[in-house]
Formats: sequence, C-alpha cells, structure tokens
Amino acid sequence: METNEVYEKLKRVFEDGIGEIKTDLPTYPFFFVSADKINAVSLFLRDEESLQFDNLSCLSGMDYDKDNLAVVYHLYSYVHHHKLVIKVVVPKSNPVLKTVSDVWAAADWHEREAYDLVGMTFEGHPDLRRILLPEDWEGHPLRKDYKVPEFYRGMKVPY
Amino acid sequence: MAELRTEELTINMGPQHPSTHGVLRLVLKLNGEIVNDVRPELGYLHRCFEKHTEAMTYPQIIPYTDRMDYLNSMNNELAYVLAVEKLLAIEIPERVEYIRVIMCELQRIASHLVAIGTYGNDAGAFTPFLYCFMDREKILELFEMVCGARLLYNYIWVGGVSHDITPEFLKKTKEFIKYFRPRIKQVNNLLSYNKIFIERTANIGILPVDVAINAGVSGPTLRGSGIKYDLRKDDTYSIYNKFDFDVCVGTGEVGVVGDCWNRYIVRAYEMEQSLRIIEQAMESIPEGDVQSAVPKRVKPPVGEAYVRTESPKGELAYYVVSDGGLTPFRVKARSTSFCNLSVINQISRGHMIADVVMILGSFDIVLGCIDR
Repeated sequence: METNEVYEKLKRVFEDGIGEIKTDLPTYPFFFVSADKINAVSLFLRDEESLQFDNLSCLSGMDYDKDNLAVVYHLYSYVHHHKLVIKVVVPKSNPVLKTVSDVWAAADWHEREAYDLVGMTFEGHPDLRRILLPEDWEGHPLRKDYKVPEFYRGMKVPY
Repeated sequence: MAELRTEELTINMGPQHPSTHGVLRLVLKLNGEIVNDVRPELGYLHRCFEKHTEAMTYPQIIPYTDRMDYLNSMNNELAYVLAVEKLLAIEIPERVEYIRVIMCELQRIASHLVAIGTYGNDAGAFTPFLYCFMDREKILELFEMVCGARLLYNYIWVGGVSHDITPEFLKKTKEFIKYFRPRIKQVNNLLSYNKIFIERTANIGILPVDVAINAGVSGPTLRGSGIKYDLRKDDTYSIYNKFDFDVCVGTGEVGVVGDCWNRYIVRAYEMEQSLRIIEQAMESIPEGDVQSAVPKRVKPPVGEAYVRTESPKGELAYYVVSDGGLTPFRVKARSTSFCNLSVINQISRGHMIADVVMILGSFDIVLGCIDR
C-alpha cells in the first residue's frame, strides 16, 4: 500500500491526530503524527488487516529545527512487503511523546537511545534509562546546541 | 529437615569476558545455575559516531563507518554510500556495482568465518577456530591486494571505488573459490555435525518468528527461525537482482527451527551462496572506469534517504538527512547487532549460564556496531 493510501485511511480514523503529508521532497514520502496519538496510531498500523506493519525497522531521534525535536519511524511489513515513514515533532520546551515499545519490542532500546542522545521523554516506557552514555552524563550530545563538557567527574575530556 | 534458604544471585558477565565477544556486560540474575533475567549493559565502546558525522563532509565519514562493524567494513561502507548516492541521485557505472558486490560477498564470507570460528570456540572447540581464521586470512590478502588495507578499507567511495581490480585479483579470487568450497564441507564435518556441538546448541534459545520480527531481529538470526527473507532478494539494492542464489533458512534438520544450531547453520550455508554470487559477478563483469562518477564535491540537496542492506549480521541501514550543506544534518546507523541483541533476555530465561554463552554467540554480535 502506498503512503498516501495509508494516510487517507489513518486520517479517517484519527482525524486531528494525523498531520500533513509530504510527498514533494526528494525522499520517501512521509507524514506527521501528533505526539499523544503515536501509540494508538502505531497499534492501528500494526494490527489493521490491510496494513500489518509488524516490523519497526528503525526509530531515530533528531534535533529537528530551532525549536523542535523529532522522532522518525521507519516501518516495514513482512506480510505485505510495504514501507512507511512517519514523523513525530515535539517542542524542545516540552519534549514528551507516547512510547511505542509496547507495540514493537524493537522500540525499547531505540527509544532509550533517542532519550540518551537527543533527550526526548517517552511516556509509558518501562525502563527509560541512558543506554550508550554513562548514567550520570549531563546533556544530550545530538542536540545541535550541545557543548562538550570540559570535565567528566573531575577527569579532563580530551577535546 | 528445615528447607534450605535460597536467594537470587546477581552476577556480572563481562565486560572483560571472552565469550561476550567484546566489551559487553551482561547482568545475570541467577537461581542456582538457572538464569532468571539477563540485562545487557551497553556503551563501553561508544565513540559518538553520530555526533562526529555532524562535523565531517560526506566522504570523510566513510572511514568511520568501517569502524562500526569492524569485521564487516565493506558492507558498512556500501550501506552508507548507497544512502548518500540516493540523496545525490547519481548513476553508478556498471563495473563499480560488480566490484562492490564481489567485495561485499567476500567480506560476508570473512565475517561468517569469524562467526563460525568464534562460535565453535564458545562451545569449547578450538580447532575450527584456527581453520576459519586461516581461510579468512586468504580473503584479507585479497583485500590487501586490491586496496592495501586488511581490515578498514575506505574502499567504496561515493560514486565509485578507490582502486580498480586487476586481472591478478580475479585470478587469485578464482583460486580462492576453488580452494574454499571443500573447506566449507570440512568445517561442517569438524563442527556443525559434531555430536558435542549439537548437544550444546540444538534446542537452546528458541526464537519464535513473531517475537523475532516484533523485536526487529534480522539476517541469519531471523532466517534461523525459518522465515525466508533476505533483503538482497526481497528489497533488492545495488545489482543483487542480477544474480542467482538461494536464501538459506533454518529447517530444523537438527534441533528445532529457531534454536542456536539453526541460527548457526544458516551462516555455514550462506558462504556457499556467496561463492556462487562472486562466481557469477566475475564472469560477467564489464570494463569501464571505476571513478568516472565520483563527484568532485559531495553536496546533496535537501532531503533524506533511508537505505536498508543485508549485511552478514542482518539488516544494516543508514538514515542520512541532508540540509543542503557539505556536512550531513543527521546520520543514524540502524545497527544490526543492536536490534538482534535486544531479544536475549526473552529467549535466555530458564536456561543455564553456559547456554547464555551459546545464545549470545549465535547472534554473532560485534560491539563496535552496537555501541557505535
């Protein structure tokens, strides 16, 4: 199923929860989903007969623009062999979105990584801890305004 | 007699432990010998790959991708380069595509040899390890001949490759294939169908297909669960659709589908298929200039690309976002081992400590890839 068909289908069910669709960029088409609806939308995408996106290929957190962070979901269906890209944009002032780790187990570690490196909070995640950096690390390195600290626990950070 | 008091014991396995294949720490909760819970702690090898990419031009990132999964550098380069080429929308010369396929398949064999060798080692069989490393050495020599490097190549460039292959290389590769075919059989005889090895791996750590897909498991680890899915065939990239090869799956010949032995044997079978691909590619490789399409300056337009490839370990994907500048806005590596490892807790519970070693080995993880 093509992205715009999936989009139409979701729009009918979730109305305002689904944002605009972008097909004109030199990229795979994608659309936006609101932060509080992402869990319900994901569940629908996974379980609806004609969609069955049973595989979360990748979940990437990123510093989206000046005021926002984003999470990008790359989905795939082993049943229907189709792909989908959805994005959730959250403001930097309140970077909270619903978890999808109960829908796809793959999201568990990916969300921890996004939290660790980019710094958004996934509401409802069972174990939201840092995964790659030490537990007491300060800040989230993949933010564009991140400054490398001079010291970590009294040890000089070499550059 | 009063009942003995028992308690759950928490112990560390790793980060300095040979069976964890690198600096991985597993926190085990034990009830005697039985494992109640496995919690992997990652990050000992974290090198901020994704942060570094923000300060480098597109071609400068290629050597960094080498260092992700260091047993599998060619496939890493290919995945990243394909993503950048997709952003640039450039046409690649035929010859380059063929060379890339030959290199990637050679690398796949080398990677599987390490997987098989170290897996035997985990089970206590040291001899196959030496045999595998001897053969891997021959592949590394081929790489050295073509680009000078043995482990980290920086060989696949955006739009081309760094060196053309020579007739000498083709000759040596043909010799290698002739030499290596019987060696696969030998390793199978030494290890795969060895009674002790089967006892250690069959019926251990059974991974059901639905759990695997839901957890993002891919590659031989997924195919061991019996699903016939290979990105080279099912979501083809480069020129893999031109070659005839079989997708190997675990069939439950020994043990049950989805156990450690079936995950392991997929790799042993796949080496033969890689040889077939290399043979076909060498037969039909066209002439041409390998650097004619290399751009002087890599400056992709605004956009993003997500390319999935089949690395020896599974689905390796790069998500590259460009803001139109000389450096990427965001590079995210969808690391294979990272996703594969995440199911370990689910399938290790209830097994013995020694089985955790076998289950971990059957995923063929590389910590450079997990921690980035």
